[in-house]
Parts: sequence; structure tokens; C-alpha cells
Amino acid sequence: MNRFAELLDRLAYEPGRNNKLRLITNYFRTVEDPDRGYALAALTGALSFKHAKPGLIRDLIAERTDPALFALSYDYVGDLSETVALMWPKKSDERLHNNPPPPTLTEVVTTLRTLGKTEIPKQLSRWLDDLDETGRWALLKLVTGAMRIGVSARLAKTAVAALGGKDAHDVELLWPGLTPPYPDLFAWLEGRGDKPVNRNPAPFRPVMLAHAIEDTDFASLVPADYIAEWKWDGIRVQAVSGRDPQGHVVSRLYSRTGEDISKSFPDLLPSLHLPGAIDGELLVLREGRVQSFNVLQQRLNRKVVSPKLIKDFPIHLRAYDLLADAETDLRELPFAERRERLQAFVANLGDPRVDLSPTIAFDRWAALAAARRDPASAGADAEAVEGVMLKRRDALYLPGRPKGQWWKWKRDPHIIDAVLMYAQRGHGKRSSYYSDYTFGVWSGDDGNAQLVPVGKAYFGFTDEELLQIDRFVRRNTTEKFGPVRHVVHEPDQGLVLEVAFEGLQRSTRHKSGVAMRFPRINRLRWDKPPREADRLETLERLLKGAASSEAAEDGAH
Amino acid sequence: MSSGLAYINDMRPQDILTPQPAGLCCKPGGFYIDPVRPVERAVITHGHSDHARAGHGAVLATQETLDMMRLRYGENFARSTQAIAYGEELRLGDVTVKFHPAGHVLGSAQIAVTCNDTKIVASGDYKDAPDPTCTPFEVVPCDAFITEATFGLPVFRHGDAAEEIKKLLSSVKLFPERAHLVGAYSLGKAQRVIALLRLAGYTAPIYLHGAMEKITRYYQRRGVDLGELRPVKGVKKADLAGSITLAPPSATSDIWTRRFPDPVTAFASGWMRVRARARQGGVELPLVISDHADWDGLTATIKATGAGEIWVTHGEADALVHWCKTQGLTARPLDLVGYGDEDSGDGDVQAPGEGDTA
Repeated sequence: MNRFAELLDRLAYEPGRNNKLRLITNYFRTVEDPDRGYALAALTGALSFKHAKPGLIRDLIAERTDPALFALSYDYVGDLSETVALMWPKKSDERLHNNPPPPTLTEVVTTLRTLGKTEIPKQLSRWLDDLDETGRWALLKLVTGAMRIGVSARLAKTAVAALGGKDAHDVELLWPGLTPPYPDLFAWLEGRGDKPVNRNPAPFRPVMLAHAIEDTDFASLVPADYIAEWKWDGIRVQAVSGRDPQGHVVSRLYSRTGEDISKSFPDLLPSLHLPGAIDGELLVLREGRVQSFNVLQQRLNRKVVSPKLIKDFPIHLRAYDLLADAETDLRELPFAERRERLQAFVANLGDPRVDLSPTIAFDRWAALAAARRDPASAGADAEAVEGVMLKRRDALYLPGRPKGQWWKWKRDPHIIDAVLMYAQRGHGKRSSYYSDYTFGVWSGDDGNAQLVPVGKAYFGFTDEELLQIDRFVRRNTTEKFGPVRHVVHEPDQGLVLEVAFEGLQRSTRHKSGVAMRFPRINRLRWDKPPREADRLETLERLLKGAASSEAAEDGAH
Repeated sequence: MSSGLAYINDMRPQDILTPQPAGLCCKPGGFYIDPVRPVERAVITHGHSDHARAGHGAVLATQETLDMMRLRYGENFARSTQAIAYGEELRLGDVTVKFHPAGHVLGSAQIAVTCNDTKIVASGDYKDAPDPTCTPFEVVPCDAFITEATFGLPVFRHGDAAEEIKKLLSSVKLFPERAHLVGAYSLGKAQRVIALLRLAGYTAPIYLHGAMEKITRYYQRRGVDLGELRPVKGVKKADLAGSITLAPPSATSDIWTRRFPDPVTAFASGWMRVRARARQGGVELPLVISDHADWDGLTATIKATGAGEIWVTHGEADALVHWCKTQGLTARPLDLVGYGDEDSGDGDVQAPGEGDTA
């Protein structure tokens, strides 16, 4: 456990990707099986412990500390594991002398897997007593599964691949067939064993990503080289089917990072009855219309997928690429050819839950720009369109973000000037600074105009701006409600935030009646007095604008 | 300003000291403690710029604090000054003041204000941990104790500074080809780190950022043994491999660092206890060394003073006030504005003449 704790500790402070890789690879090189295998599992998020949950850790610390002091500390530190590790009471000196050696990583993992629910709290607190602060922190990170140390699963796989001079891609391909502590993987990478076989009949394939396009990029691009599609505001998925050794079709749904999310969408799996691998967008469709991301979000991350949820949020797959057709890998084919295969594949499926993402016809960039500005006029579900995608006709399907192959061209965000009203401390990277901001716009007559909160934002600003706002919040707090600071917001006193956002929804949960999608701080307007910030009517006009274009489209049908 | 009024025998603490926008005001004594705005008469606990400001009429402080103010602001930082030693007592208006060591930095003091039979101690910033560069903290029994709460959360336990110095030295040994750049507040922390390095047996010359020189030389003149110190300015890059340089925290993320070979950025501060804080500052080698009392220090000190009433000036006041109440003590936050904590950079604004070019 100590070596693993030391690794996590050093990774947490190491900003450079290459140095992180070196640290992890070096750990794999010097630590033996099965400890290093469990470390790899921890770093890739492949471990989870049914009975050890954050709630349990909260209970343990609640028995040992004052709850108010814990709440204030947690609010400050912004990380449960770290707060508990720092606050855990020191054990008495007599125990220090005859303490057992701290547990190994393997011991921790296997014990947690075998112990019953009632035995876990006692075991955890015994370990927490025996470990030092870094050890406690690492143990709690491991147990709760929320590492947040700036190491992605991809980076960990890259590091382990480097052990055998291999590429991360080689490991990715085998990954779905491997289980912790991966003795066969390490044996292969160290030249002591054969390459492990991926026995998963429906494996995940690393996804291809797009670059954000800049205005200046268009000068060097030829319209005829590209196919344009709508960029849907859903979640990117890979829907894979294959035959197991008995010949049965096995279907799996993966997130863009390769996480198996099949369990959350049992209603979609029967539609994937032909072997193949579709790259597409998961959406909620009601009466043929794509619903906004807000609606889709209500179906995501649910522990229980009830029949009611399935009925109220009918799931749909909009396909835009085909990576495999039956047993044939299509990734080495140009996009234009894959697109033709995809059309045929979707037609063969013949399932209403899976359709083809339409292309947008254009001959000049100006024509595409017009479609992007007004997706409704081009016949798309405007609310669910985030922009357009440009894909080179001859682009092979390459994992990662290869330059110049795929571009995303998002719609311009909406911008308003709002007033900072409340602030809270952030979590993770921003912890201990006031970095969560509730902002409002004016409502009511000139004489008694009031600010109504319309949204919350916690990013978009630079580190320097964060320090400035944090200082402003601390010096201009008028009241405190628990962790929430009430910040001065008068017509002539306060801070105006220029807020950018992607879309607006009616909302019954917010007092103002509107909810923003993806709001972020665009700029700080120290120069602007709060009285000159925007009014609620501006937002309401935006809502009406969206509604009237829907009505116009309905009328045309 | 003797009012000639006969005070009721047992005065309430809030009649003796009152929080005001300019700072803690002692009406019966006719002075302010650590005022943040220019006032007629100021009594100052220590030399950090957020507590010791220029432009007051008369200033009462320890000799060291007055000297530090002179170094920072020039000869005419106040109309008149008066030095007072630890243990010395002085009558001001209807109160007496007495200075006691605070253990925060060289010359730092707690100020005991007594009016009739009521005694309040304004402790300024303080720490109860050992520090080779200043007189150790002294517990002063009193009726009301005014405390800071910079590290007023139970997650802040600072541990032994010598262990942190070991961490720094083993990193220097591990990377002999790299320079180690230690961010430390110019007044107090830098000199303590140097003194601790010497105590740990490190005898090589230690390099200084320009902003540190004046105040560090002052510590040496006052008899603090810091070994051989050199200005880093003008030293060849290659010669800095394997060396240690002390710099103000703001300089360690500056283009100024380009003069060092592949520098390892360290930061000596109590904030380094919290990982996110260290990461936010781009710190690779966090050193938990604080000139403020940690949670255990704050709570132990409050108990030891025997005070029944606790006022919390700045920092994480909510938690400390809550703790006091669980101990049956009367406690309240004063929410004084203007006292940044020096380590986070607020108080580390370089005064003219303190920069690298000086």
C-alpha cells in the first residue's frame, strides 16, 4: 500500500504528462505481481467495491469528529478522501510501538472483496489507524474509486504498454478481454508469455475525435473534400454486436471512453441484432422528435432502469459511422465508403430505434454556415443540434484526435451580462477557492427591479481571474448561509459576469423559469455597474424565438 | 487622552477593544491595533505588510518591527515611533499595554491590554511551534483572547518542520542536475527555512532572490545565524545546478525562473497540507512549514490562556468559533477585513525598492 500511496502522491503533484508516464511505468517495472496489476486496475477504474462507499467513510469520520467541523473542513478541502485522511485522529503512542506493518495493495483489494458488509467498517478503520496521512488518502481514493489525480485510464494503459515498448492502442484492443490483476498482460509485455486473446465477442474500439474548427482553418479546406452532418447534443456511444462461441449474438453499448453502459439501456440492446459496430449518438426521441440534452440527462446515471423510465424516455441511436460489418473491420476504409456501408447496415437492421444521421448538402462554406445558423430550416430537430461536423471523405477511422480529418463547428454561444449573487467553494482542482457562482439578471419595473438567479457557472475563467473573484467574494460577503456566501449585488455595487451558454430551457425547478445549458464565465466586467446587466426579458425572448421556429416548422409539415 | 471618567470596575471586553473598519480600536487607550487605514496612534504586532502599514501618526512596536517597517517604507513611514521590549509595560490613556512574544516572526508580539481588572490579549499572528529565528511564543493568561484562525480547520496539522526540510534535502540529493527553487514569504518564512537547513547540516551557500536580501541581511545583523548567503542575480545557470534558492512565492511561477536549470518548484507554507492548494500553485514539492499555529496549536493555546471569551479576527473563523462554543467558551468572529494571509500571495506585494533589481 505504501508504494501505491507514494505513486498516487507523486502523480497528484506532477503536472507533466511525460513525467507522469515515467512515474507509472517505473512503478510497473519495480513492483511485482499482483500488486502492480491491482494498481493498474485502480488507475483504469476497473476496481469497485460493493460495500465500501463514500457514505460508509462519512459514517466512520462522523463517529470520530464533530460533524460541524467535518462539514466546514470538507467544504474547504473539496475532496472527501483527503478531508478524512487529514482529520483522522492520531492513534495513541502505545499502539504505535506494536503496530502491524501496513497492508499491501493486494491485501486491501482481496480483503475488501471477501469481507461482508458488516465487517468492512471495522477493517477500514483499522487500516486507517495503521497508515500515515498519505496512506490513508490513497486507501480512501482506492476504496471510493474517485482518484482525481489527473491520470486517465488511457494514460495508465499507455504507461503499461511502454513496459513492453508497445503502443496504448495494442493494450486498448486487448483490454475488454482482460481482468485484474492482469498477470497475462504483464507476462506478454515483459516477453514472458503469449499475447492475450481478446475473447470479448463485442469489443470496444477506441474512438476517433474531432478538432474544433477556427475561422482561419476554412481558407485551407476544400468543401468538396468533406461530408457535413449535424452535431447532435446527446452522448457519443459505440453499439457493438458479435457472435459468441455458441453463435448467439451478444450486444454491448459502450461510452466514448469504453465503459460498458449496456445495463442502463436494456431497451436498445434488442435493436442491435446484426453483428457490427456502430459509432453514433444516444438520444431521447418522442414522437419522432429529438429531445434536448436536459431530457436525455434524466435517463443517464440511474441505478435502476424502471419500466416507467424506459417508457417516458424512449432511447434512440442515431448512427454516423460503421467500424465493423459482421466480422469485417472497416476502419481502414475511407469515410465515404464506410458511410455507404452504414446506410446499408442501418437499412438491414430495419429497426425504428436506430436511424441514420442525415448529411447536410452544401457546395460552399457560406451555405453550410447558413445551415448551422438555422438548423430548423434544414429540417433537423433544431433544439438537439449543437452545430455541424465536417468529415473528410477519405478519412480512415483513426483512434484519438488526428489532425485535419474530423472537425466540429459548434453554434455560436449566447452571451448575457449577469450579476454575481452567491458563491460557493469548488471541488477538485478549484477546491478551497470560491469558484461556483450563482448569477442573476434584473426582473421587474425600473423602480423596484430585483435580481433573479438564472444559473450557476464554475468554469470559463483563468486561474488569475479565479484569484480576483475569490478575493472579491471574500471582501464583499454580506451574509453566509452554511457554505454559501451571499455576495453584494446592488445596482451600483457588485460584479458583472459575462456569461456564455449554449441553449435555454423552460424550467420549473428554477425561480426564474429558465435553465441554461453549459453556462460558463466568458469575461469579467469589472468596468460595468450591475444596473447595466441584462434583464430577464432578454432570456424570455430567446425562449420565444426557439418556440416560434418550432411552430413554423410544425406548420410546414 | 485621559477621559477622567470613573470606569465601572469590571469592564466588558468590548468596551476596551472594538472592531472598526480601520482595525481594532481601543477607545479608553486612544489607539488602534494593526490598523489597516492611517490613524493617529497605532500599536503594531509584527512587521508583515498587512499588519504594519505606513502613514500613521505615532507607532508603538518592538524595535524589530519598527526596523522592518523602516526597511519597507523608508525613514518617514510614521510621524513618530516608540520601541517597546517584550515584558515591558506602558500606560496609554486609561489602559496599560504589555508586549509578549508571539513566535510568528522576528519581533512579533502579542499585545496585552488591561483596563481596571480586565485583561485582553490581542495575539496578532502567532505560532506555538519552535522557530530558531525568533523568541518562542508565550501563553498569556487573560479574560478575553483575540486569536487569528488562518489555519482554523482540523485538517491543518503541520507536523515537524525538520521533516519537511529532510524532504527538500533528499530531493536536492536525488536531482543534483536541477536547481531547487523554494517559494517562501520574504519576511520570516525564508529566514526560518534557511535556519532549518543549517540546523539539518546543509552548509553550501544558499541563494536569494533580490526581494529577500534586505530583510534577510537584517535578520543576520540581529544575530540570527544563516550561514553563507549569496544573491542569485548574475550567477551562471550551470552553477545553480544542485543549489537551493529562496524566492517570494510570486516569483516561482514567473519568467524569472528561466535562469535556473530545470528547476524543482517547492513552496514552504501551511497551505501545502491541502493537495489541491499545492496543485493550484503548480508546486511540485510541497513543504508544510507554517508560521501560523495549526488547529491543535490554536485550540491548545485558547485553552491555556484560560480566557472565557474568544474573538476570532481572520482566517477560518467559523470552525474555530464553533469549537470554542463546544468547549463552553463565549466566542465570536470579528470579520476584520484587510488581513490577507501572506502565503497565498495577498500580502506579498513587493514594495518599491524590494524588487529583483534592487
